[in-house]
Amino acid sequence: MSSKVGTDIAINGDGAVALAWKQINPDVVAAYPITPQTIIVEDFSKYVANGEVDTEFIDVESEHSALTLCSTSSSAGARTFTATASQGLAYMWEMLPITAAMRVPVMMAVANRTVSGPININNDHGDVMSARDTGWLSIFAENVQEAYDMSIIGPRIAEHHEVQLPILVNLDGFILTHAIERMTPLDTQHVRDFVGEFKPLYPLLDTDHPVTHNLMDGPLFYFPHKYQMVVAMNKALDVAREVFAEFAKISGREYHMVEEYRCDDADYIAIVLGSSFGTMKQAVDNLRDEGMKVGVAMPRVYRPWPADEIAALCKGKKAVIVMDRHLSIGAYGPMFPEVCASIAVNGKMPEMYNFIYGLGGADTMVSDFMSVYKTVEAGKANTINYLGVKE
Amino acid sequence: MSAPLTLKELNKDIPDRLASGHRLCAGCAEGIIARQILMGTDKDVIVSCSTGCFEVSTTIFPYTSWNVPMIHTAFGNGAAGCAGVETAYRSLKRQGKIDKDIKFVNFAGDGATYDIGLQALSGAMERGHDMLFVCLNNEAYMNTGIQSSSATAKGASTTTSWNGAVAYGKKEASKDVTAIMVAHNIPYVAQVAPHNWKDLVGKARKAFECGGPSFINALSPCPRGWRFDSKDTISISKLAVETCVWPLFEVVDGEYALSSESQRIADGKVEKKPITDWIDAQGRFKHLKDERWSNIVEEIQADVDKRWNKLLKLCSL
Repeated sequence: MSSKVGTDIAINGDGAVALAWKQINPDVVAAYPITPQTIIVEDFSKYVANGEVDTEFIDVESEHSALTLCSTSSSAGARTFTATASQGLAYMWEMLPITAAMRVPVMMAVANRTVSGPININNDHGDVMSARDTGWLSIFAENVQEAYDMSIIGPRIAEHHEVQLPILVNLDGFILTHAIERMTPLDTQHVRDFVGEFKPLYPLLDTDHPVTHNLMDGPLFYFPHKYQMVVAMNKALDVAREVFAEFAKISGREYHMVEEYRCDDADYIAIVLGSSFGTMKQAVDNLRDEGMKVGVAMPRVYRPWPADEIAALCKGKKAVIVMDRHLSIGAYGPMFPEVCASIAVNGKMPEMYNFIYGLGGADTMVSDFMSVYKTVEAGKANTINYLGVKE
Repeated sequence: MSAPLTLKELNKDIPDRLASGHRLCAGCAEGIIARQILMGTDKDVIVSCSTGCFEVSTTIFPYTSWNVPMIHTAFGNGAAGCAGVETAYRSLKRQGKIDKDIKFVNFAGDGATYDIGLQALSGAMERGHDMLFVCLNNEAYMNTGIQSSSATAKGASTTTSWNGAVAYGKKEASKDVTAIMVAHNIPYVAQVAPHNWKDLVGKARKAFECGGPSFINALSPCPRGWRFDSKDTISISKLAVETCVWPLFEVVDGEYALSSESQRIADGKVEKKPITDWIDAQGRFKHLKDERWSNIVEEIQADVDKRWNKLLKLCSL
């Protein structure tokens, strides 16, 4: 029997996602390739061209059609993946809640990127945060290895018969999509065994048992149908924990609903998503060397929102700093109220601060993140702060 | 199913795929057209729908009028939705996971074909999905209350192109989407009307069997939007062909050919009726009878003549 893990390779985030897809061998992939997720579908279409996968690969004329085609393909009974970013996700928006309501476990890699305007192609979380209330599961990767791992884990959570929801697998645009890192892939057979066969519940292609998909709901049925999605999301919390544990067995890599770094004895903790988690870990190390008791955490799973884990994490802290790489203009960053609410319903509030950072790809260095903790400790932070923006 | 179509054959073989008890308006042509289209194949068929009158009237949860698998996603993307099911089928069939022979059809209104759905339709046709796209063309957004679409006829009064003190209704003539589909170089394109069941079912059969993407533009008289009595649907449909407002023809691999009554008009066996017959039969054109819009009626007639003559040339080439 072959080894579970392969030899280390150097690969960028897009290539890592494409490699995971190749190993999973989905039935259908449809995408409108635009920067910066382009490499995923470029690499994948090469696998198709070389006969290395059984996939029907469709280059569509728009993201709206890409997601439509994926939703109906999945409804038909085919395991279906796609990828997008930024304006692409925005153009798909109409189909996001429909896909979720259809209860089809489409997997979508999102190379997180800002949305216009003004036009800007760089990384922030404006795209995925605008999709957060649409009923999709949403998980984040910190680095290239995790982009690969989450692409293998994602379908397992989405396709669970008590979940049956589509999933967004987020990797920071350019920072992860185009950065070449060292990565340990899994052996293909182990990936296939782990992900397993796609078992659709009521496939349209079963013409002997005709069903109507995505009917019209009056007021009597719309709300109950939405509630069923809430139940599925709640179930996904348990499923994700189980799948992470199972994945650790084949990979040796442990993942959690909320990843923590030096939080246990910290007075000040920050909560951040994506690749900035790594940068903040360095900031935490530097500040610990200076004697500051600080920590940082990342919600691995953003939807369903791990409220209990967040509340437990924040309990007894002097201050909680929520780092948002998106902004609800006129309010807060999107994650800030969610963290506040999780703590408020579970216990005593620490001091709460919201830092908006890095919009449109603005560089955020280790020293910037160190300044965040120092500003809070010095009592100089506002409730909402705009890191690096002169007011 | 390549032999000529007979009424006997239709009565015998074809299962009823759209059940009665749907909620289409009395006199609506869409149910008639859909049932005739679905008689065009005896193979398993999967139906896709763009949002519109037809979709909402046949799928109000917890009921469905469909005896075959049916899927709907949104308004502008019926072609992509149908293409997704067809792609899944192709993938699973190639992998040996399915062995049936299945046909795919998308029904869309004119708004979902001529306007918001045109991009997805063009993409699906260009990519060559083996699917039939049927436009249920009732010449306006009827589901939401008779708003003008780019399929709405010049002079028609709609709730967004009213006739009034200074307006005669819609200012523009309808867009020729049938020709746009021909320009995609797909194997089969046709225009049909529901009064001529034999022509319609025969064309549907050809469309299903053409081995690639196909498009049928079906005129669908709408009693509510066109303002005629529900009992007159079929006679209005007939009048559209007799006036050459809606010629019946098909384009097989780029070759144009007139069919049925339109061929007889072209051959001089039947006289082409004047546009005033068409206008006088419907409330949406009622205001055009006013003397001050006589020039508009002349312009409409001139446009019908121009399009008809162009079609005659294409058919004789």
